[in-house]
Amino acid sequence: MLGWLLKRFVVMPGYIANYGYTDGSGDYYIVVDTDKCDGCGKCVESCPQSVLEVITDDYDDLVIRVAEEHSKNLKYVCAPCKPVSGAQELKCQTSCPSGAITHSW
Amino acid sequence: MTTEFFRWTENTWKDPDKDWRKADTLVAGIDVGSVSSQAVVLADGEIYSYCNTRTGSNSPASAENALRLALEGTDIKQDDLQFIVGTGYGRVNIPMAKKAITEIACHSRGANFMGGPSVKTILDMGGQDLKGIHCDERGKVTQFLMNDKCAAGTGRGMEVMAELLQVPITEVGALSLDVAEEPPPVSSTCVIFAKSEAIGLLRGGWTKNMVLAAYCSAMAHRVVGLLERIGMEKDFTITGGISKNVGITTRILKELGVESIPLKPDAQIAGGLGAALFARDLFLKSRK
Repeated sequence: MLGWLLKRFVVMPGYIANYGYTDGSGDYYIVVDTDKCDGCGKCVESCPQSVLEVITDDYDDLVIRVAEEHSKNLKYVCAPCKPVSGAQELKCQTSCPSGAITHSW
Repeated sequence: MTTEFFRWTENTWKDPDKDWRKADTLVAGIDVGSVSSQAVVLADGEIYSYCNTRTGSNSPASAENALRLALEGTDIKQDDLQFIVGTGYGRVNIPMAKKAITEIACHSRGANFMGGPSVKTILDMGGQDLKGIHCDERGKVTQFLMNDKCAAGTGRGMEVMAELLQVPITEVGALSLDVAEEPPPVSSTCVIFAKSEAIGLLRGGWTKNMVLAAYCSAMAHRVVGLLERIGMEKDFTITGGISKNVGITTRILKELGVESIPLKPDAQIAGGLGAALFARDLFLKSRK
């Protein structure tokens, strides 16, 4: 009950944003938990492909999102950080102090 | 003149019992989508008039046209509207809008208004993209997923298919359900592939209804995959133009095993309605 009250009245709950697409080869989504994201922009600076950007969302919070021009080709723009030879630490994830970013693939 | 099978009914509606002059707040929301545009006028937080029309090649002109149609016969002038919010694909390009809000927030707000606070999952089937949205009891988005990679499984894909099979788009749903048994679905990832598959099937002796059924079930299948990604929470509702196609909605609901909440007066105006509700909030806030 207390948790519910806290969530309802004290902290405005954010939302989970899935940016990306599904095509014949699989799901390519970058998932941003805006509850955790405070729009600090560290991931934006660390991303070598400039995939992310900081925006003011519809509820007037600063959050990051996947830039519109990249949301339809994530499989390719994110490829340099995801070599087939093996998993590599993703700069967007390691730079995020609150762990708000996940990838679906 | 050749028949344009992809044409759907454009409509306007206005509440005959209300007098806008007595209203304390008079605001509008304009949703310029990729295929259709809606304008909704709210008087005191209730729908006063709306219109649903086709988007042209020019988004400022489409927005103006939609608003003009919504105001037609009401003698409201554009200056009488206290606040206008724009949404949809063309939202950054609506000159009279004071603010642009994404269609995700607007659809969620609009569906919450029409379907009631029990609506938790919204599927917006638009002209060019699909959105799965979860919202709370106040219509605030809690999760969303947008699939805007291609037009398969969207209104535009359906228009292409209607044109190919020379079936008026408004009849597609009913005809697709009129088959003896459900055919296997066609390709669900690309309209162009689906179209060539459909041509092949027609040459192979399938009836129009069978091809429509195969396409509708491919679309439904694609949508169900998307909803499975974000998870299904009851109650469920569908907004956007495709919600008027019973062939697709029936198959989606069957595959998901849920019921959907019907949206009154029109599921296609959810985006514009949500924008108008935001406009009212913003106006009340600015007046304080």
